[in-house]
Amino acid sequence: MIDVLFFAELQEAAGKANMTIDAAGITVSDLKTNYLNELAIENIDQAMVAINEEYAEEDSIIKSGDVIAFIPPVSGG
Amino acid sequence: MDKHFWITDQRIDINDCISKVTRAEAGAVNTFIGTVREFTKGKRTLYLEYQAYASMAEKKLTQIGEEIAAKWENTETAIVHRVGRLEISDVAVVIAVSTPHRNDAFEASRYAIERIKEIVPIWKKEHWEDGSLWIGDQKEKISYKKGVPVEEDMRND
Repeated sequence: MIDVLFFAELQEAAGKANMTIDAAGITVSDLKTNYLNELAIENIDQAMVAINEEYAEEDSIIKSGDVIAFIPPVSGG
Repeated sequence: MDKHFWITDQRIDINDCISKVTRAEAGAVNTFIGTVREFTKGKRTLYLEYQAYASMAEKKLTQIGEEIAAKWENTETAIVHRVGRLEISDVAVVIAVSTPHRNDAFEASRYAIERIKEIVPIWKKEHWEDGSLWIGDQKEKISYKKGVPVEEDMRND
């Protein structure tokens, strides 16, 4: 199982803050294309991705139990 | 609480942040206070809403402290960022840096705020009289929506 978190405008676009996906050993890119496509989240490709709270690449492999966060461009401060 | 880098949903106590870095070796404590601005290029903000991925944000703030320690000798840094609804003039962020000499303290606190705007997962939603929007990249590498709001509204310097 993979936990997925959405923030800010992506959270509003997804209609939820988080979801759990029954998958493992997929890439970040697979996650977006094959598991999140039905949510049709605009701008998800502009978001950075963090795996277990560290920024990750599109081809990073996600393991079962990982927490994946989609991080739209930040605007703190 | 002895955390030097933290996210809070409460009003920020500026002195608490400063006292975390005050020490005998320091000859300078530079404090940056980021507040909620009412007007941006003539457009009126009613209030702001900040959201954070708090656990990761605290890690990334800690990383910024480590970067500062590596770049400037003998620094102590504390950073707190508030989330939730903030009214005009409320304090959103406080950065306190202490160093033996003043120049490093100025430079390091400037570095800290710029890095926050690059890597720390915190987002701001502007609520205007005529609508609201999550603000995208303040460094303007990405423009989220064409036209509304106009590009100047996206800036946050």
